[in-house]
Amino acid sequence: MAVVTGIKEIIKPENLVYKKTNIMTENILSYCPGCGHGTAHRILAEIIEEEGLQSEAIGVSPVGCSVLLYNYLDIDWQEAAHGRAPAVATAIKRLMPEKFVFTYQGDGDLAAIGTAETIHACNRGENIMIIFINNGIYGMTGGQMAPTTLPGMKSSTSPYGRDVKTMGNPLKMTDIVATLPGSYYVTRQSVHTPANVKKTKKAIRKAVRYQKLDKGTCLIEIVSNCPSGWKMTPVQSNKWMEENMFPYYPLGDLKTPVE
Amino acid sequence: MAKIKGSIVVNIEKCKGCEVCMVSCPTGTIAMAKEVNGKGYYYAFPANPELCIGCANCAMVCPDGVITVYKTKI
Repeated sequence: MAVVTGIKEIIKPENLVYKKTNIMTENILSYCPGCGHGTAHRILAEIIEEEGLQSEAIGVSPVGCSVLLYNYLDIDWQEAAHGRAPAVATAIKRLMPEKFVFTYQGDGDLAAIGTAETIHACNRGENIMIIFINNGIYGMTGGQMAPTTLPGMKSSTSPYGRDVKTMGNPLKMTDIVATLPGSYYVTRQSVHTPANVKKTKKAIRKAVRYQKLDKGTCLIEIVSNCPSGWKMTPVQSNKWMEENMFPYYPLGDLKTPVE
Repeated sequence: MAKIKGSIVVNIEKCKGCEVCMVSCPTGTIAMAKEVNGKGYYYAFPANPELCIGCANCAMVCPDGVITVYKTKI
């Protein structure tokens, strides 16, 4: 392994503060530089390790950039048809209620083709966790306009910006799910700064605990960037996200359990 | 008063040079290298290692998980 190190005397096992978890495999992630997917994967892996769920967790991977997720996390996986991850997760959870079942989906998967599956799974209150990565664009296929694209936002199929008169309004899936009686915990987070990473990790941990208690659907939206699709550098895209995405998709809990 | 000193290890072949760690570092420890790795990315490296406080901010935001952090009191 080719490495560069800081002060060598400090590098001892007893001084270790942070290390990539072993649940993340050694495969190099296929994502573009600076993509939020990598951070989201890592915190998910950390939670699975800290909660001791490696042998219990079953993930359902989507179609989209994160389709190869099963190569990166060393747990059991099932691939679902485009958008149908919540339906597949429903079946897995009903057949094996002792397992920890979650889906990991992008906005093209969850909010476009899988709208019906998502809404119905949440409305039934299936005891699964859904992680929803929202970058407002179809990242994998070349940055086409998605239902979550902001008004006026440029994409490869809306080169003059999204015109809401002809192309409709952005869909706030998380807000819709929060109004459904079956959903238990609905929150919107991001992973672009250390503070936000910590908050997202906390949210995922909560959702894991709620699933153990058989509470209902937990949906965690992670507002993320797409530097390649937005045609920006990673640092610029994070700034653009703060300035444009967050006013439309405000961070915070949308539905918290009433204890 | 005890001083906290940190140190990072960067796996340069997995680094994609996104610079997110450089921006998140509160002390300016990290900079991007002038040369590239095997994939052609300008990798991150501890340019000012004596400034590191081992806060792990860089490792936490790194999308590719290439940074390992160590910390000690001296």
